Amino acid sequence: MAVKALGIVTSGNRIKVEGMQEFRPVSAFTFVGRYRMIDFPMSNLSNSNIETIQIFAGENPRSLAEHVGTGRHYGINSKRGKVSLLFSDQEEVNEIYNTDIASFLFNESVIERVKADYVVIVPSYMVFAQNYATLLDEHIASGADITLLYHKVSNADVAYLNTEALKLDDEKTVLGIETNIGGKKTKNIFMNSYIMKKDLFLQLVHEAKKKSSMYNLFNIVNDKAASEELTIKGVQHEGFFAAITDFKSYFDANLTLTDIKTASSLFNNKWPIYTRTNDACPTQYVEGASVKKSLISNGSLIAGTVENCIIGRGVVIEEGAVVKNSVICSEVFIAKDTVIENQVVDKYAKILHASEIIAKPENPGYVKRMDTL
Amino acid sequence: MQNSMLAMILAGGRGSRLKDLTNKVAKPAVSYGGKYRIVDFPLSNCANSGIDVVGVLTQYESVELNSYVAQSGNWGLDSRDSGVYVLTPREKADADLDVYRGTADAISQNIDFIDKYDPEYLLVLSGDHIYKMNYDKMLDYHKAKGADATIAVREVPWKEAPRFGIMNTDEDLNIVEFEEKPKQPKSNLASMGIYMFTWKKLRAILVEDMVNPDSSHDFGNDVIPAYLAQGDKLVAYRFSGYWKDVGTIDSLWEANMDLLDKKNELDLGDTTWKIYTDDAPALPQYIGPDACVSNAYITQGVEVEGEVTNSVLFTNSKVAAGAKIIDTVLMPGAVVEEGAVVTRALVADGVKIGKNAVVGSADSDEIVLVAKNV
Repeated sequence: MAVKALGIVTSGNRIKVEGMQEFRPVSAFTFVGRYRMIDFPMSNLSNSNIETIQIFAGENPRSLAEHVGTGRHYGINSKRGKVSLLFSDQEEVNEIYNTDIASFLFNESVIERVKADYVVIVPSYMVFAQNYATLLDEHIASGADITLLYHKVSNADVAYLNTEALKLDDEKTVLGIETNIGGKKTKNIFMNSYIMKKDLFLQLVHEAKKKSSMYNLFNIVNDKAASEELTIKGVQHEGFFAAITDFKSYFDANLTLTDIKTASSLFNNKWPIYTRTNDACPTQYVEGASVKKSLISNGSLIAGTVENCIIGRGVVIEEGAVVKNSVICSEVFIAKDTVIENQVVDKYAKILHASEIIAKPENPGYVKRMDTL
Repeated sequence: MQNSMLAMILAGGRGSRLKDLTNKVAKPAVSYGGKYRIVDFPLSNCANSGIDVVGVLTQYESVELNSYVAQSGNWGLDSRDSGVYVLTPREKADADLDVYRGTADAISQNIDFIDKYDPEYLLVLSGDHIYKMNYDKMLDYHKAKGADATIAVREVPWKEAPRFGIMNTDEDLNIVEFEEKPKQPKSNLASMGIYMFTWKKLRAILVEDMVNPDSSHDFGNDVIPAYLAQGDKLVAYRFSGYWKDVGTIDSLWEANMDLLDKKNELDLGDTTWKIYTDDAPALPQYIGPDACVSNAYITQGVEVEGEVTNSVLFTNSKVAAGAKIIDTVLMPGAVVEEGAVVTRALVADGVKIGKNAVVGSADSDEIVLVAKNV
């Protein structure tokens, strides 16, 4: 069946998040407690009525595959829609070959088979809400060959490093795409989201491969912008935006959402973010618990002190324990009288014998998945 | 069918003692425990007991309930040969459209539905009760006893026995007599409204009951006595876990408050017997910088900026800064605005308590039901 647009969710092949990524790709990271990163692009696409979606899985895809499943929890139509998980050769001798172009080529026949006029390419390592249906309409109306989504930031000198930024003229025509290595504060961070005709996309994939095996899609798009062969427009995104490019940005992105005003620029009832439920019961706060400025998922038991935290599902924080400025993933156990500050505590970890795990906010710590301390 | 058992849930009643809560929804659709509806309990019990096919018999204000239970996937009752079927009264080739005349008639009018699956056993449940039970174990008991019908019972305090349907049994738990609300009870074993029938026998009794002009077509009043009159083997199945019929505002409030005890018997956190429900796409619960939460049971989508003590907060309810709620149940979407104080109350779905309003009091005997904006 022909559809207007095929959604492609890329894996963030160049992203390396120390620690957490040993266990799953960035797309399967838990985010704000009950979500995983993949929920954001998937919900955006689903809410935009783009229901044929190909997800590029990245390394260690077990938890991603498990979480996405049939895609039913995203409200994808089970007959007219289709969610596919695509894998690619990962045993490259050198990381430089691990490009998005390589994974597109590896799955070219699958992409080709979908009868769609357009592709909407979105990343799974960035968090934002975006209506792609209106963006696609804008793209068609503009007459541009490619539309790129960007977010204007004023802290590009210290954040969003190693993402790309767009060079734009006054008409928002893209003049080039460059890697952000700091320097200027104000930049238009490229959200790794592309809209273009599917034919053009496949043509660019081949051109990129021919030019260099190290090329990613943005490199060839940059060439086309610089040479003015194609008309490439930038569209500015409004609302919450985070790029998870390293451990610190993961930690920060979670904790900025403990501010309800910030959170409501990402979450609103008209644009729901879906996730797979695990049917956890509500959370129990016992007498003597003290919780401030935190987002707490279901199935937890809170008896201690929690401040400025993201708490995942099924977490136990015993009495006397103090947890501050931390991201606590699902099923973590924090024993009596433990003090935890500025940490990401990964899934199933048990803090039983350590009395203090404290780091500085500018250099947060990481407690491994399933570890006992 | 995994265990040759088909379940029928009686969900047609209004539950009129729940007052305004059941003006537009039947009692089984009433919210409970932060994120659940009452009917999630029998449905999840069925799913966890390996029952594949569940019929839900609805009648009173059934629009919301019908669409809710039809989402079989919420309880995992959507695999091969599995499903939740909404059964409302219908017109037939040989019968005019008629209401279900009683609990037994609701089953009788759907004999064709049951026959289609040809089950060996039929489990009849009420959609009104909060409890966790493995019906597969009850079936084992039914078979081991060689019973024609097995009725789940629980011990109630003797002085409360006159309020229940009481089963009088011999020492082997064979039921010898059924008494509806006896003034002088001979036993304190109360029927829980959970019946396991060998289908062929029940079918024959129902076919006769349908055309009996003297019958009220009720399981307790007519069907059970018919079994006894025939000398069939009726046995009682003892159950001792948590069980609540939340028939009144007070008991609904109380059943919610039971959850505040972290060692409560219902234990909704038991991952080996989960209660499933429709998942609301909502943020984790947000507890604000000046909030104070003590002894509370809170679910996703809730926002607390004020003070919450001894309370249960349902999906998307809100307590604004400077507001206080004490010993209170906030149903889905209920909002308590700045400076309001709510004590010993049950605030209905979507109801708003305005700024600085004061509702309920610590020494009132009854729980205040707030069903309109204050």
